[in-house]
Amino acid sequence: MSIGLVPFDYARPQSVEEACALLAGDPDARLLAGGMTLLPTIKQRLARPSMLVDLGGIEALRGIERDGGALRIGAMALHADVAASKLVQDAIPALAALAEGIGDPQVRNRGTIGGATANSDPSADYPAAVLALGATIQTSEREIAADDFFLGLFETALGRDEILTGFRFPLPDAAGYVKLPNPASRYATVGVFVARFGREVRMACTGAATHVFRLFVTEAALEEDFRPDAVGAVSLDRSLLNADGHADTEYREHLVSVIARRAVAAALA
Amino acid sequence: MIAESPVTLTVNGQTVAHAAPPNLLLVEFLRDTLGLTGTHVGCDTSQCGACTVHVDGRSVKSCSMLVVQADGSSVTTIEGLGEGDRLHPLQTAFRQCHGLQCGFCTPGMIMAGVALLQSEPDPSEHRVREWLEGNICRCTGYHNIVRAVLAAGAAMREAA
Repeated sequence: MSIGLVPFDYARPQSVEEACALLAGDPDARLLAGGMTLLPTIKQRLARPSMLVDLGGIEALRGIERDGGALRIGAMALHADVAASKLVQDAIPALAALAEGIGDPQVRNRGTIGGATANSDPSADYPAAVLALGATIQTSEREIAADDFFLGLFETALGRDEILTGFRFPLPDAAGYVKLPNPASRYATVGVFVARFGREVRMACTGAATHVFRLFVTEAALEEDFRPDAVGAVSLDRSLLNADGHADTEYREHLVSVIARRAVAAALA
Repeated sequence: MIAESPVTLTVNGQTVAHAAPPNLLLVEFLRDTLGLTGTHVGCDTSQCGACTVHVDGRSVKSCSMLVVQADGSSVTTIEGLGEGDRLHPLQTAFRQCHGLQCGFCTPGMIMAGVALLQSEPDPSEHRVREWLEGNICRCTGYHNIVRAVLAAGAAMREAA
C-alpha cells in the first residue's frame, strides 16, 4: 500500500506559452518535469502544490542538437538521452559521462536536465557542468548566463512564471567531471567539473556548499599549468560548507582538492 | 474538488481506459485499479526499485510517476513478461540461479534486468551490477541475481 499523494490539479499544456499562462494564473502551481525530486517531495508532505503543470507534453523541449560551435539541449531531455546521445558523446564526452552517473537507470529514464538544474539542489551533478562550461540558460523570457543563474540553496534567477526551456553549451577543448557519490543516492558528496577553452579554465564545485560555485583560485593556477598537480590545497570558508553524517566540513574541504585533481586528470585522459 | 482525468494506456498489450485522479500514482493504478499486484511497493520513496515497470520500453519506478503522466503510453509489468505458462528467460534464470529468497524485490529486479538485456544483450558483470543500482535486495547479497541476469543474457543470445 502506497501512502499516496495529497490531491492537486493537473494540466498538460502543449506549448511553453500555455504553460506560462497556467503558472501565472495560480500562485501555488508548480512545474512538473521528470518528477524525480518533486513527486517524492510531495509524498513527504514537504511541498503541497495546488496544481502540477506537466511539461512532458511539450515536444519542442526535448531535442538535443549541434548548433555550429555549441550544443543545444532541451530542458526536458532525459538524463538517459543525454548519456546515450552520440552528439553529446562527441561534443562534450564529460557531460554524457556526468548524465550516466546520475542516480540509477530508472531515475535517468525520468529525470531531466532542466528539472535538475532549475532545482539547484546543493548536491546535484548538472549545475557543476552548466556553471563550469559557461552554458547559456534559455528561458521563456530571456537568456541567462550560468554565472548569474545559481543564487542559493534551491534558488535560481528564474522568475515565478518563467520556464527554463533549454541550454546552449559552448564546446570546450577539454573537460572532466568527477564526484564522490553518496553510496546510497549517488548524489555528489563533492563533485567537480573542469572545462578548458583554449587557455581559459573554468572549474565548478557541487555538493560542498549551499549551491554550486566556481573555484577561481584553482582556475588561475590551471591556466598556468593544466595538470592535476597544479591544483593546490583548496582553501574554503568552512562556515559556508555543508556538513552531514557522511562528511563534515573539514573532510568536505579536503575532498574538494582531491576531486578537483581527479577532474583535471579526467579532462586530460 | 479535483477533476478526474481520462487516461488511456496499453498495459501488457491490452488497452485500458479509466478516469483517474491526478494524484494517483502509476503503481496504485496498476495494483489497485487493475489488480496487477505483481508490481510491488517496497519503500514508496523511489529508493528500492521493487515497483519497477517499463513505460514505452524504459524502466521506471512506478511509485514516482503519476498515471496521468503515463497517458497514451505502453506499460509492461511483470505479468506481461512471459507468454502464457512460458516464463521469460530471465524469470527462468532467477529460478535456476537461486536469484531470490523472500521474493519481494524480484518483480522489480526482473523488470530492471530485462530492460538492460533489451538495450545491451551481452553486458559485463560490472555493467549488470551498475544497472541494478536502483534496486535493493535484502536477502541474496545480489550475487545470484547478477548470475541470473548474465545467464539469461547468454540464453537469449543463443535463442536469437
